[in-house]
Amino acid sequence: MQSRERISKTLTNTLALGVIWLAAIVTVGALGTILLYIIVNGIGQLTPAFIFGWPHGVNMEGGIWPTIQSTLYVTTLAMLITTPVAILAAVYLAEYAVQGRLVSTIRFAADSLASVPSIVMGLFGLAAFVEGIGMGFSVIAAALALSFLMLPIVMRTTEEAIRAVPKYIRWGSYGLGATKWQTVSRIVLPSATPRIVTGVILSAGRAAGETAVVIYTMGTMINAPVLPTQPGRVMPVHLMLLAQEGINLPAAFGTALLLVLMVLGFNLTARYIVRRSNKGMQR
Amino acid sequence: MTDSLPAPSVGEPVEPGRQETPTGSAGEGLSTISRATYVREAVLRNLFLVCACVAVAGVALIFLFVGWRGYPIFAKVGIGAFLGGGVWHPTQGDFGILTLIVNSLLATVGALVLGAPLAVGTAVFLSEVAGPRVRELVRPAVELLAGIPSVVYGFFGLVLLRPIVAKVFGGLGFGLFTVWVILAVMIVPTIAAISEDALRSVPDGIREASYAMGATKWQTIWRVLLPAAKIGIIDAIILGMGRAIGETMAVVMVAGNAPVIPNGIFAPFLTLTTVIVMDMPYAAGDHRTALFGVAIVLFIISMIFVASIRLVSRLGREVG
Repeated sequence: MQSRERISKTLTNTLALGVIWLAAIVTVGALGTILLYIIVNGIGQLTPAFIFGWPHGVNMEGGIWPTIQSTLYVTTLAMLITTPVAILAAVYLAEYAVQGRLVSTIRFAADSLASVPSIVMGLFGLAAFVEGIGMGFSVIAAALALSFLMLPIVMRTTEEAIRAVPKYIRWGSYGLGATKWQTVSRIVLPSATPRIVTGVILSAGRAAGETAVVIYTMGTMINAPVLPTQPGRVMPVHLMLLAQEGINLPAAFGTALLLVLMVLGFNLTARYIVRRSNKGMQR
Repeated sequence: MTDSLPAPSVGEPVEPGRQETPTGSAGEGLSTISRATYVREAVLRNLFLVCACVAVAGVALIFLFVGWRGYPIFAKVGIGAFLGGGVWHPTQGDFGILTLIVNSLLATVGALVLGAPLAVGTAVFLSEVAGPRVRELVRPAVELLAGIPSVVYGFFGLVLLRPIVAKVFGGLGFGLFTVWVILAVMIVPTIAAISEDALRSVPDGIREASYAMGATKWQTIWRVLLPAAKIGIIDAIILGMGRAIGETMAVVMVAGNAPVIPNGIFAPFLTLTTVIVMDMPYAAGDHRTALFGVAIVLFIISMIFVASIRLVSRLGREVG
């Protein structure tokens, strides 16, 4: 009786752990399948002529350089707009704020902003910046809309980074007579920098892959923007249009692969920075 | 005397006018902060506060601008007819989005049924089952899954998954089933990351107590750890739900986009998000206003999700 119970207990355990392994394998397998499929089909496309050439003809033969330039431009601009505001906001939440109604309102707003569907953010950008202020389809309108998307991400990672700085370092600074701002700017922020940079890079990766926000704020015109007031077509939008037309699939695969490589590049850089700074701390 | 030395009050600068110079040369300069320093600290403090309020302003601006463009449709059709009307035929003046709401919910619920067990299983694997070596491989994979742009998911679904579904089940391969699979994979990283945090925050003592009673690993996970991490996992699932219902680009490529309640899980359908992508290029007048109205509905749904996460966490704190 007892031994049968034990057998069923061990059997259930083995089976259940097997199912958990299976879940992990399916998850990793999904990533592997997506990456492998895109790489195998796209790698043949990655020639200098494709990366640095201009598209031509109705089927967008040739290269995709203008879309790469547009993507890098709008992402960089959005990063420049978001980073200072987000970092200072996080400094307020982590160092200055006293728990209360105001802080909980700010946190609720940041959480809401983080969960706004990107299509809603796109229509907001269209109503506010493109048509409201009259910027037209432009890099700056897209960058502003994207920065609302990035703000909560950078805010949260920066706040966590600041909170992870040990208290005694601050006490040392105060003990030497430093003011609050001196302590924050010369002691706390420098030690939190690697993790803040990680947050900024991750949010930039998110912005670079964003379609719905950018299509309504920057348009779909093939253009290599120089001024922030010019329109352009980013890589995700290009990929979407190519996929919907379905005629020039090789170019779609090439664009998808480049986009994935770019976004994964952001992610891996961020991971590398965290890992290096963790090693530094252990020493 | 030592007690005559005021404490070095750096965190909360003393108002310059009320500062008393400490007696004795030893305390000279300890508490004195020049007016310039005090003003600078106060200005900076308020600057940071303004930056923090940008998030609040952002939410308000989104609501204002999208509401400004979408409100007229509520005034014209009426909120009840807009939300409760079953026919979406904007070119003929029918602006009922009930079908779209139902379709969005169908897509989301199916994605959760497939994706949530997968994600929680992965979270349990990362936190309880995997050894450090395997964990160092699986966790980055989950994080990279979160980094893949949604348009790439959609493209992948369109060119690989859709033909497979078409071959196995017949039809064109557009429809709920394909959307479920794609969305399920997309919400895994969101749910897994937060669930793993929740599992990790269960103290080790509880695990040890369970093992000491003779429980197996699975019994510990099922009867002790999952109930203990329940609140965090519910939060994670609600967040995943928000992600699924707001997802646009991945869905639009594999949904087939017909504005009806789908006739089975392999028939094309249209959701709240995809209707905007499909109609925006040509919509004008009331039709365009109605699309902004749909965006308001989406925005309010996502706010409700965020609010319910807060509510669940608060209830959890009160119960625990």
